[in-house]
Amino acid sequence: MTTPSSLLIRNGRVIDPSQGLDQRADVLLEDGKVAWVAVSSEKRLATDAQVIDAGGFVVCPGFVDLHCHLREPGFEDKETIASGTLAAARGGFTTVCAMPNTNPAVDSAAIVRWVAQKAQVEGYVRVLPIGCVTKGRNGKELTEMGELAEAGVIGFSDDGSPVADVNLMRTALLYSSFTGLPIIQHCEEPSLARGGMMHEGWVASRLGLKGQPSQAEEVMASRDVGLVQLTHGRLHLAHVSTAGTTAIVRWAKGSGLAVTAEVTPHHLALTDEWVLGMQDKNAVYAPLSLMAYDTNAKVNPPLRTARDIEALVAALKDGTLDAIATDHAPHAATDKECTFNEAAFGISGLETAFGLVMRLVHAGQLPLGLVIEKMTAGPAKVLGEKGRGLGSLKAGAMADVAILDPNAEWVVDRKALASKGKNTPLDGVRLKGSVVATVVGGRVAYMARTLKLTPAGRGAR
Amino acid sequence: MQGRSKEVESRATPAESITPPTEGSNGASVRKVWQHRHLLDLDTLSMDELELLLKTAETMQGVLQRDVKKVPTLRGRVIITLFYEASTRTRMGFEMAGKLLSADVINITVGSSSVVKGETLLDTILTLQASTADVIVIRHGDSGAPYMAARVLTHTSVVNAGDGAHAHPTQGLLDLFTVQKQLGSLTGRKIVLVGDIAYSRVARSDLWGFTRMGAQVVLCAPPTLLPWDLLNGRTECQGHPFSSVEIEPDLRKAARDADVVMALRLQQERQQAERIPSLREYARYWQVNEEVLSLAKPNALVMHPGPMNEGVEISSSVAHGAQSVVEQQVSNGLAVRMAVLYLLGAPREQ
Repeated sequence: MTTPSSLLIRNGRVIDPSQGLDQRADVLLEDGKVAWVAVSSEKRLATDAQVIDAGGFVVCPGFVDLHCHLREPGFEDKETIASGTLAAARGGFTTVCAMPNTNPAVDSAAIVRWVAQKAQVEGYVRVLPIGCVTKGRNGKELTEMGELAEAGVIGFSDDGSPVADVNLMRTALLYSSFTGLPIIQHCEEPSLARGGMMHEGWVASRLGLKGQPSQAEEVMASRDVGLVQLTHGRLHLAHVSTAGTTAIVRWAKGSGLAVTAEVTPHHLALTDEWVLGMQDKNAVYAPLSLMAYDTNAKVNPPLRTARDIEALVAALKDGTLDAIATDHAPHAATDKECTFNEAAFGISGLETAFGLVMRLVHAGQLPLGLVIEKMTAGPAKVLGEKGRGLGSLKAGAMADVAILDPNAEWVVDRKALASKGKNTPLDGVRLKGSVVATVVGGRVAYMARTLKLTPAGRGAR
Repeated sequence: MQGRSKEVESRATPAESITPPTEGSNGASVRKVWQHRHLLDLDTLSMDELELLLKTAETMQGVLQRDVKKVPTLRGRVIITLFYEASTRTRMGFEMAGKLLSADVINITVGSSSVVKGETLLDTILTLQASTADVIVIRHGDSGAPYMAARVLTHTSVVNAGDGAHAHPTQGLLDLFTVQKQLGSLTGRKIVLVGDIAYSRVARSDLWGFTRMGAQVVLCAPPTLLPWDLLNGRTECQGHPFSSVEIEPDLRKAARDADVVMALRLQQERQQAERIPSLREYARYWQVNEEVLSLAKPNALVMHPGPMNEGVEISSSVAHGAQSVVEQQVSNGLAVRMAVLYLLGAPREQ
């Protein structure tokens, strides 16, 4: 929208977990960096500075998403770098890590550079590419990880599929260690999960759908933790969805292994009962409605149970889980307007992430500050060196800011999503908590109509 | 065609005479009990609705015993059967039921339709509705396919003729009808289902039907073919519809004092092979044979939804023995499908 040399965000409740800050303050952004955060803006402003009055809102570092699918190149009918990063901006994200399961897959330095350049030109937010573990995601031969790292990837993943071969995973963890970057594993033991369309439990059985048991994830998570012991490599577990996996990660961290892990908003807030198309849970064994077999609730790993959610929440609180990441997986209408078996896995999640996680805050299960930490400082820490200056409002950090209204109620309208992927099970659902503005590098990437930019001359001292 | 059906009509009994005898024997009161546009599974049907269906089937059986079996009830209505999976008795049963009620019936089998040209299920369904179908009877290998169809159709009824491992409501109804005809009331009857229950759409629909009608259902199968998750929570959850259902993997215990022993098809086409070590061992422990039947009540019924693997889940002698009602199941299937088409397809008075 505009690129003032400086932008003052006044009067907000500033929450910055990276420096333990939670108080009413002003934030000055200058030349793409955070200049200062101060209780009162007595300092002098540049004459062309602009001001946002964030009174009544929360001001925090822009969200960092460790896991999303931008689909470009190759699947532009599902999403593009432009549409996906606009969705990110609407969701309060200022940095997104893009998974490499595109076509061609991001398995060479040339494609990494192509994605990075395209994002530089068309992206609304920062895009950090992830490279493949294996060439063409074939699960057989390692990619040239050194060159990928040099081209700027922040980690390696065959996400969408696991690295199933145990010996290859051992090699990947060991070889990649010279780059300092993590292997990001999608845990799913193929022989246990084969044909599984949703979580294996009473809902799957009720619907006559083949399930994948929680153990399909847990078996591989524990296997890979074992391989980290063996190799001293770095492992990041994508989209942890079960109680059992949280116990495995807790043990790994307790043993001092370089293991980190993320959880998605949908695994934190939704259960397998959403496949029934029922949003109120008062009649779990009720007759099926016409809304049953909701393909928009088909996601991998599948939505689990209330017991798993309880464990995931506890694991966020005790630090077992480092970050909340969206696993934003946009799909075209035809990928979901079919039978449940035929439908693609995935939820379009960037724009509903904050509102959905706020359900847990409003229910008293998670403090707001912790949610913000897991979407800012937490993921930045997982990124290590690559996360320097992200997820923080310390002086000198990137001028990436999200302005939030934790109490604003809104109804999700899939047709209004900026993402090309309208595949959300939350269509028509009322959420409490919205993003009102997103600033990337000092530049406003998204702003709701309730806010306005004013010149500094009159408003500011 | 017009002239011919008129001729038939003139010889047939008027439509009113096939209305089931409930609440003063007129169509309006039937409509009060029957409110459903679709038949997707038996879980949505109350005991009253199930009884109405069974009574209507009884009336249809009366029609089938007449000299002229054709009645004009659904004249001018279009029924389309859309089968994505092989079927003999179900598809033929629906076609004949529709024709005996004077509907125009069109059969679409996937091998000869636009599906082979890549048309999606959604587009096929919308095309059929646009071509003025009143009822679509659908069978599909994917669970839930009829629900998707019913969601998008604005004025066409959907009948589920079997979807994946989920439901097969008309099979469930004909099983209820067969037991009720042979034994009178269903209440308190001990019904033993033996075989591939976890992946059986027949077993699921039977479970809803029999439990709602007050029968005592026992499920018997190798542990790998039992629906543990389906019954999960039945002890803790108040009012669980399957709270009375028992599991007994030992067929010799399960069959004791049974009123009905129903063998289910071991679905070799649905990758169940890996769940049992061999057909030989399966037959040794779970085959319904004379020895097993001797443990049941003296006149216990032997049932099978067909097609049978004789010598695997059921012995030939029992399948064709004096206690077998397998053939009645088939002929009852016609009456039940007529009843379903009648209740869904007859013109609605406002």
